[in-house]
Amino acid sequence: MASIRTQFEIPGKMKTWSLGLIGVGLVALIFGLVTKGFSSDEHEQVHFWGTLMYNTIFWTLVCNASMFFICVTTLAMGGWQQSFRRIPEAISTLVPIFGSITFAVLLYVVLSDKHHIYHWLDTEAVAKDPILTGKSGFLNAKFFILWTTLTIGFWSFLGWRMRQLSNEADQAPMDAETGAKFIFRNTVRAALFTVWFALTVGSTVPWLWMMSIDAHWYSTMYSWYTFASSFVSGMSLIALWLIYMKNKGYMELTNQEHLHDVGKFMFAFSIFWTYLWFSQYMLIWYANIPEETVYFKHRVQGPYKGIFFLNLIINFLCPLLILMKRAAKRNYTLVTFMAVLIIFGHWIDFYQMVMGSLSKEHVTLGWLDFGILAFFVGMMIFFVGRALASKPLIPKYHPFLKESVIHQV
Amino acid sequence: MAKKKFVVGCFDDEAVLFPAVKKVRTAGYKIHDVYTPFAVHGLDHAMGLRETSLHTAGFIYGITGTTTALSCISWIFTKDWPLNIGGKPHFALPAWVPITFELTVLFAAVGMVLTFCYLCQLAPFVKKHHFHARATDDLFVMVIECTDKTNTEDLKGFLASNGAIETDIQIAEEGWWLGHYDKDEMRFEAKQTVAA
Repeated sequence: MASIRTQFEIPGKMKTWSLGLIGVGLVALIFGLVTKGFSSDEHEQVHFWGTLMYNTIFWTLVCNASMFFICVTTLAMGGWQQSFRRIPEAISTLVPIFGSITFAVLLYVVLSDKHHIYHWLDTEAVAKDPILTGKSGFLNAKFFILWTTLTIGFWSFLGWRMRQLSNEADQAPMDAETGAKFIFRNTVRAALFTVWFALTVGSTVPWLWMMSIDAHWYSTMYSWYTFASSFVSGMSLIALWLIYMKNKGYMELTNQEHLHDVGKFMFAFSIFWTYLWFSQYMLIWYANIPEETVYFKHRVQGPYKGIFFLNLIINFLCPLLILMKRAAKRNYTLVTFMAVLIIFGHWIDFYQMVMGSLSKEHVTLGWLDFGILAFFVGMMIFFVGRALASKPLIPKYHPFLKESVIHQV
Repeated sequence: MAKKKFVVGCFDDEAVLFPAVKKVRTAGYKIHDVYTPFAVHGLDHAMGLRETSLHTAGFIYGITGTTTALSCISWIFTKDWPLNIGGKPHFALPAWVPITFELTVLFAAVGMVLTFCYLCQLAPFVKKHHFHARATDDLFVMVIECTDKTNTEDLKGFLASNGAIETDIQIAEEGWWLGHYDKDEMRFEAKQTVAA
């Protein structure tokens, strides 16, 4: 093990790029805040806060998907991910950071009574509206703030516990008994995280944060759809970091076999996403009830038509046709290309999920969106790099590490 | 229906089998096949088998299913027998997707199973020579094809020196045939009668 490089040193280029992107993002953010956020025009305000909302939510969920990946593979007694598990762990350290930003943005939106974003905040309108009155037990400011706090708090806390446990695999060799205990404790912590994940990302949180923008409309598929979107982007992000680290000469124990399995996740969950996309769309299309079609009306026939179908091409057709072949999933260049494409595609998906409801008349995609995207990408690179450098890259005493080394697809 | 001469070597351990396969290949012998009681990871690489084309076949079957479904449904609903179903357009693509999907899966699945059986020479009523009955139980059976110039005794010795616990020479049908086993040498039954 002596010849293996386990200590990541942040390259200067990476620092420059991340700080540069954060700088560009900050300029866009401040400029947007001045011209739009504090503007007296309600449309401009909605544009600014909506853009912030979908970016923060997207990046929090994507980073959280990394911890979900670790937890489900732990619960499935997976061994193959051990050689690169420090990458998803490092990505998941962003959850508290991005989570706080999301929390701040949502808190501002709720407390400043932005009725144009969350219609259900308007108590007078809700009282006159039987549908919203019926939902008011779930859609009210107090529950929103409480549940958001709990959600982000527990994601961070349970994820942190999981990472703390992982540190034990660096310290000393484990005999069979300690190893079995270690695995059992991993299982318990992973199960706790997974249950909380199911209660939040798997159900309530996407309803609360995003679906409630169309307060009258509902879809039971929505949370799964959001989960699929964030998970497939999360897997793509892991693949990108994996390839980056390989390129820099780290991660000697990780090879094409592992990349193949990560690629399978990207492929399979792209199909899963499409399955949910279509199920949600077709049921509403078939029933053709006005209160349900209201969500798709301006997306399929209105100004969002292009983005809506581009989304389907990027997130379904491209992964299906390009990632289908075994050789493609083992090709570093192709997986890099697809990972970037998938993350971009699902970012656009989140864009249309939020902004498609907030700005129905015209597409707002512009400098603000890309500026804030740059801000988050910069933050992601900066903090993940730091987290990777803070720990050995390989949990060398993990009982399952050998399984990962000899992994073969 | 061409009979060929084979040299058969039986191994009782995976760890012995792998180096043996490697040595037999580098010595220039042609491995007909290796029969194992379970799927052995990496054996295909060790034997130098090419990548299977089963998935390409599957893709083609799937595409055929998609095309069949879409062309069939669209012709029926727009040209042959247009029906007004709940005021939907005749060309109602979303409604066809589930059926298109099912037909894609059906074509791909059935086609791939049949192709797999063909590639493995499996079919009802079709017979194939068994090189060793214990290949389905606990032995790894390596079968080497002989040419006219092969020195079978040498080869047997070579296999034994590489860890084969049992070696013999068999003249057998190479592929599958339709009919009875009587065309084949009933090696195992013969042995059993002798033992009894």
